[in-house]
Amino acid sequence: MRVVKVSDSIISPLGFSVEENFDSLLRGGSALRKYNRLWGLPFEFMASIFDEEELNNYFIENIDITKLPHSNCTKFEKIALLSAFKAISSANIDPKSHRILFILSSTKGNIELLSTSNFDPNRVLLGNTAQMIARYFGNTNKPIVVSNACISGLCAQIEAMRFLKSGSYDFCVVIGADVLSPFIVSGFNSLKALSTEPCKPFSINRNGLNLGEAAATIIYSTVDDGKNNWEIVCGATRNDANHISGPSRTGDGSLSALNYVLQYSGCKIADIAFANVHGTATPYNDEMESIALERAGLSDLPINSLKGFYGHTLGAAGVLEVILSMCSLDKGKILPTHGFDSLGVSGNINVISTLQETNKHSFLKLLSGFGGCNSSAIFTKLRKL
Amino acid sequence: MKERNFLIKHSVKIEPNKVSLDGIDVLLSERYNTFLSDIYHEKRLAYPKFFKMDILCKVGFLATEILLEAENIERFVPRRDRSIIFCNKSSSVSTDLKFTHDILDLDNFYPKPSLFVYTLPNIVTGEIAIRNKYFGETNLFVMNDRDDNVISELVEHALMDEEINSVVGGWIDAESENDYEADLCIFEIKQ
Repeated sequence: MRVVKVSDSIISPLGFSVEENFDSLLRGGSALRKYNRLWGLPFEFMASIFDEEELNNYFIENIDITKLPHSNCTKFEKIALLSAFKAISSANIDPKSHRILFILSSTKGNIELLSTSNFDPNRVLLGNTAQMIARYFGNTNKPIVVSNACISGLCAQIEAMRFLKSGSYDFCVVIGADVLSPFIVSGFNSLKALSTEPCKPFSINRNGLNLGEAAATIIYSTVDDGKNNWEIVCGATRNDANHISGPSRTGDGSLSALNYVLQYSGCKIADIAFANVHGTATPYNDEMESIALERAGLSDLPINSLKGFYGHTLGAAGVLEVILSMCSLDKGKILPTHGFDSLGVSGNINVISTLQETNKHSFLKLLSGFGGCNSSAIFTKLRKL
Repeated sequence: MKERNFLIKHSVKIEPNKVSLDGIDVLLSERYNTFLSDIYHEKRLAYPKFFKMDILCKVGFLATEILLEAENIERFVPRRDRSIIFCNKSSSVSTDLKFTHDILDLDNFYPKPSLFVYTLPNIVTGEIAIRNKYFGETNLFVMNDRDDNVISELVEHALMDEEINSVVGGWIDAESENDYEADLCIFEIKQ
């Protein structure tokens, strides 16, 4: 039984549609800007943040706020709703159907509400936000939230695949979303993980990550009407059992996840166009991934990271990056790693720095996160006969 | 109830005044404030990292120590066939509130990296994987209300993985330092 993509959407500072986002990447556009004392924070950082006015206008145009339980939506709720709305609108499905499950991927959701004075404490609960989104579309199934640190977006897609393969539902709406707040930015800053310059994945002089905001949605289904041609073939999540905030030096968890998908997907390495990896541009992450990729026998495979365009979009990353990777293969292209200059990792890998052409139809996705988790999946474009 | 593809080998439950194993009370206490460290000392656990953990991790660590001891097989040997699948409601809210407090006053701004890490609810799965050398899947799901059918389905999903034969999983929630619950099982795939 194949699990195929029915529709998708991206809401990001680079645009409010997949096409706008992809065209922006082709032009080398990045949403990263430098912020000094934003929200009063006593440090400078680089991030990809929504223009609030643009976002609000787009929200009011598209979302019927009379159908929401509260009129003052947070930025997180706005982008998650918009992204789900756009994917559902183009999918030709009835979102009220009991055969549809909503899955939300987010690390911190509405966390910014904790620092405000008058708020309903229930609105901070991720399950509550997921329910609000599902109810907006009239869906009464209990939604599920995946909150598995930075790999959440890919885990949510793997979970959707499992729900669909087991026959429990016909469609899964996978929404990945996170926004930035003093909470998240000062947390990453305290870990000394942030760069004040545009991030440089896998480069010798990389010095940290940039954070970004985005929401992205993919609707998966086992109901193939013949028009849908992207399949999520196989996925796995593995822990490296090493340290809660530092990846294994040997790349163990990522290697196990990669080996699993290479073994059980039925895909040959020769048929894979590229691997879109995590590539956050922190010294440890990129080093670990390079070792895992080499150990998995993927030294020649083109590798890219999209963090130089969007920053690390946390719970959205897995969904956003998979959509853009699909889009690039639809056009026969491999996107460059924005910000990459000269290789600065010990694993022997083939980082792509310029736009390339390909005639292959599969790609590999890799992510890793705090808590020692690592996730990988293989996606294939089904060819029409 | 739908037939599942797993068997439950052992189960443990921790509440703020009680620990039960396989449905039988094994520890009772009125000392709510020190109950978790009392369990730690009672079990003679020599794992100083315990005292650095946040409330969710402490509850998860102690619950799995009791659960895995009951399994009565050699512990701490690397296992690639076991996953950790947890579900909860409150994410990491107790630690989130503490971290929010540390950044609220911009003139007295001291976010602690050691605290920030625990504002991810899946850290508890990582702590347990590290302790027990479990290299399978680790995953954390959040839902509005506990639903045992959904939990069973998620455990079954984890067992769809070709390399996974058992899951340590279930419900673990910590709304605050004094209001927590773990209800975990060892699930094994039916042969």
